[in-house]
Amino acid sequence: MDAIEKNLLRAVADLHDVPTGAYNIRENGAAAGRRSTEHIRIETKKDKPGIDIFIAPETKNESVHIPVLLTETGLSDMVYNDFYIGDGAEVLIIAGCGIHNCGDQKAQHDGIHTFFVGKNARVKYVEKHYAEGDGNGERVMNPTTVVHIDEGGYMEMETAQIKGVDSTDRVTRADIGKDGMLIIHEKIMTHGKQTAETNFEVDLNGEGSGTNVVSRSVAKGESHQRFLSKINGNNRCNGHTECDAIIMDHGSVSAIPELTANHVDAALIHEAAIGKIAGEQLIKLMTLGLTEAEAEEQIISGFLK
Amino acid sequence: MLELKHVSFRVENERGEEKDILRDVSLKISDRFVAVTGPNGGGKSTLAKVIAGIYQPTEGQILFNGEDITHKSITERARMGISYAFQQPVRFKGLTVRDLVSLSAGKTLSVTEVCAYLSEVGLCAREYVNREVNASLSGGELKRIEIAMIMARGTAFTVFDEPEAGIDLWSFNNLIQVFRKMYEKNSGSILIISHQERILNIADTIVVIADGEVRRVGPRDEVLPSLLKEESVCPALTDKL
Repeated sequence: MDAIEKNLLRAVADLHDVPTGAYNIRENGAAAGRRSTEHIRIETKKDKPGIDIFIAPETKNESVHIPVLLTETGLSDMVYNDFYIGDGAEVLIIAGCGIHNCGDQKAQHDGIHTFFVGKNARVKYVEKHYAEGDGNGERVMNPTTVVHIDEGGYMEMETAQIKGVDSTDRVTRADIGKDGMLIIHEKIMTHGKQTAETNFEVDLNGEGSGTNVVSRSVAKGESHQRFLSKINGNNRCNGHTECDAIIMDHGSVSAIPELTANHVDAALIHEAAIGKIAGEQLIKLMTLGLTEAEAEEQIISGFLK
Repeated sequence: MLELKHVSFRVENERGEEKDILRDVSLKISDRFVAVTGPNGGGKSTLAKVIAGIYQPTEGQILFNGEDITHKSITERARMGISYAFQQPVRFKGLTVRDLVSLSAGKTLSVTEVCAYLSEVGLCAREYVNREVNASLSGGELKRIEIAMIMARGTAFTVFDEPEAGIDLWSFNNLIQVFRKMYEKNSGSILIISHQERILNIADTIVVIADGEVRRVGPRDEVLPSLLKEESVCPALTDKL
């Protein structure tokens, strides 16, 4: 692994080298390393690119890393990864995609991740997107996540796209069974002429199911973000979606909620707040001796922490 | 020492009429503990903001330790050693108590160091150190964190704008103790804008400001008794007692 690849790996997975536990590293459209463990089996798909990850029931405190690295310009990569999380398992799954594009052609990574969360299983899924490169080639990522949560299952999804991705179209679809819960925390920062669109659709099908979709984003430069969140309450359930955005320069953000209550005991809430950094926050930090630029930096980094 | 020489602050209202919020204010603040009082709308908070650099005076001059700071920015004044505690502390999504106290100290503080400042203001440190300074904190909690930040700065001159505003009586009793302690420990000057007799009671000097002008300046023992008698001078003060 060279310095560029190690740098990408650090950015997307907080890894300095190959990880411990189960892992699968995909590099420029091909497998670059894999390890299964006693409870976690990783297998290559036979019908299309991608992998199946099987996590045995009752597996506790184990982790899976599946970073994807793209360092060749002009490469378009598409993968299907399916995660089967056994009943009662508790796992941490870290996925991430890093693009280093110093050429003039487009580098694109599209991934479809499907999760089957078993009964009473608990999953924390962390996904980071990062792109860099000094060429003019466009860096594109279009992740799709599909989540099926069985009775009493719980999934927490943390997604972050902080730098360098020129265009992203994120789709997350989920259906939640009885007493199941899905929590999504999304963080996005765009700059330049970047565009980011995120589209959440959650069906709360089971009695006592719930979801909390929270997006915090910063749009700088001429960038544009669009946040769509759709929650369908089909049973007694609780759904909450929140979009909190800071716009700077000529950035723009649209927040579009769509809540549908198909059951009299479905409680659904949407909140959205979009605006520039509050002047009093800047002044407060300046009275502590920070310059305006330093104050701005602290406020943004805290907001996206 | 801070000196204001003939400071005025004029604003224009929506009808284009000019109004003096501060008019020809001259003050020398060299005592350790100075309280500024007077009716609401009299210009006290504007005075605090003019000192901190948030407002630029339309006329006059401000000197800090002999140096003219009239046209210095908020940041420059902060770095020279002026601190300003807001009347309504600012909330931040994402920044924690530890972040803000560290920024105040100008260096990354350990949990133990942050806890020491929080304990000074009567907050159970472990519960607060990693909490976000957001809407989940009460007015009294925010006020104490604001004061802990001022302590972490440890500057030569501090302005507190109505520290009693928005806090309950129980918190207020503790606040008085905090100011007493600051007075004993800190070698710098403190200027507090307040309506509260119990704060005025621990001041060395009391300044009365009304209608944008300095009405009276003198030692506490001279100013306070007459202030309490003259309801017309400061009805807000007597109302709140």
